[in-house]
Amino acid sequence: MSRAEHIDVAKTADLARLRLTPEEAAAYGGQLDRILGYISQLERADTDGVEATAHPLGLTDALREDVAREGRGVEAALRNAPKRSGDQFLVPKVVE
Amino acid sequence: MSDALNECTVVELRRRLRAGEICARDIVLSVEAAIAARDEVIGGYLHRDVERALEAADAADLALPLGGVPVAVKDVINVAGQPLTCASKMLGGYVSTWDATAVARLKAAGAIPFGKVNCDEFAMGSTTENSALRVTRNPWDLERVPGGSSGGSAAVVAAGEAIVSLGTDTGGSIRQPASFCGITGMKPTYGRVSRSGLVAYASSLDGIGPMARTAEDAAMLLQAMAGHDVLDSTSLRDGVPDYVAAVGQGVRGMRIGLPKEYFVEGIEPGVRAAVMEAVRGLERAGAIVKEITLPHTEYAVATYYIIATAEASANLARFDGIRYGHRCEDPANLRDVYDRSRAEGFGAEVKRRIILGTYVLSSGYYDAYYGKAQKVRTLIRRDFEEAFREVDLIAGPVCPVPAFRIGEHAADPLQMYLADIFTIAANLAGICGISVPCGFTESGGRLLPVGLQLMGRPLGESDLLRAAGEWQRVSDWHLRRPVVG
Repeated sequence: MSRAEHIDVAKTADLARLRLTPEEAAAYGGQLDRILGYISQLERADTDGVEATAHPLGLTDALREDVAREGRGVEAALRNAPKRSGDQFLVPKVVE
Repeated sequence: MSDALNECTVVELRRRLRAGEICARDIVLSVEAAIAARDEVIGGYLHRDVERALEAADAADLALPLGGVPVAVKDVINVAGQPLTCASKMLGGYVSTWDATAVARLKAAGAIPFGKVNCDEFAMGSTTENSALRVTRNPWDLERVPGGSSGGSAAVVAAGEAIVSLGTDTGGSIRQPASFCGITGMKPTYGRVSRSGLVAYASSLDGIGPMARTAEDAAMLLQAMAGHDVLDSTSLRDGVPDYVAAVGQGVRGMRIGLPKEYFVEGIEPGVRAAVMEAVRGLERAGAIVKEITLPHTEYAVATYYIIATAEASANLARFDGIRYGHRCEDPANLRDVYDRSRAEGFGAEVKRRIILGTYVLSSGYYDAYYGKAQKVRTLIRRDFEEAFREVDLIAGPVCPVPAFRIGEHAADPLQMYLADIFTIAANLAGICGISVPCGFTESGGRLLPVGLQLMGRPLGESDLLRAAGEWQRVSDWHLRRPVVG
């Protein structure tokens, strides 16, 4: 069981692909430390030998016939693109 | 009850439609007139398309169960051809290209998706104050919030700006605003209604449900929406019972449990008194009331805010500025697209939850937070399994207090989260719950609605509707209307 004293907001925001202003990072740091402090009460709960619940009612395999269905089409997929070029999403250059 | 069509129940409108006294167009026009008169004050709607709704009304098949009935839809649910914002700047300009399954089924039952209503951004919040688009006010006291996250859905039904609405409930987001606004709101069992077309917040907790003036109206919406859907592999295959019939079946012999953890200090006396009066009313109607225990209740909030934020951090990764949603101007490179588009598009609470969720899933902390929370979730689930061996329903408050003042918790998100204590456990356990009006409590010189929460075992919606229907047969709190304007 490992738990930090303070959340490293800058590092975590970077992992989440969120660029924060210094003011945001400072505000979140205090708030999230308090929330994590509250959350730490879970350490008191005895969970030895208890299985984890990932899904409330238990998942079963969902199978269906392997038959082709109509998709929603290229136009629907591109309808809300921030930028497009013909039938493609336009994105900035990826390779520097 | 008022004769104005916008104030009627679905049941009453359907009777008058089928009797030929009114046509579907009249209902749409009545609702639209109420919106024109009140929505500038209430702030419920983000979008509506009156012309298309009138066309649909003129073409409505009145033989269908919901033929000609307009429905307001929480703006995290896709309605083809209508904007979808999730009350976020992230999705400005987005137009849905297909219907959520719940919406498609309502349409197939004759209903008319009339407009989109406000909510907390991406359904994250308990007041609708996290909307990036507008403020929604509680029709009972304009200085107070309507609750959230389905605050718009609750406010427009309470204010007579809609007949019925759809909400979503991840930790209480249907039941709590229904309670704050004095209407009926049901969170169905996890998987009872397909989530296909609902923008995901926390996928193991999310559900779509009906918000209405009466249990019977809620049952009619649920009847149309429930059932398996190939587009949602977590939707349940179990058959759909006759929910509408359940409303009239009474509570004789039903066993109702009062969890002692739900009647502790900190509950406002007026809330407690109203809830207990309703419980006594159900007892007089033939229910058997006994005290029970849900011993892990104290851990529900902490467990929820780990699991929900973890799932949110993964779900909201899709908003990357590439295929849809906001993209920043003049990005330097791909990484810059991600970092800045998300920073500019998301509001404060969404960022807070993404960061918390990312943290509890991150290397070194995963077991201590997320792994632990999943185990405590098992304990909470077992609490309910044990309780439902002894009782058919669990009764208690929806929220310890009535509607908050606007801005009351702005600086302290933790205090806001703690108020979710009584609604969150149902989502963690996947069971169903409903809020029904059970009285008023005085606060700051105003009378504010109080909701009775009933929780049922998995697929126990009929039990909820039996009790809610019986309560509304012997009480008239659900008939009270706020005076707006």
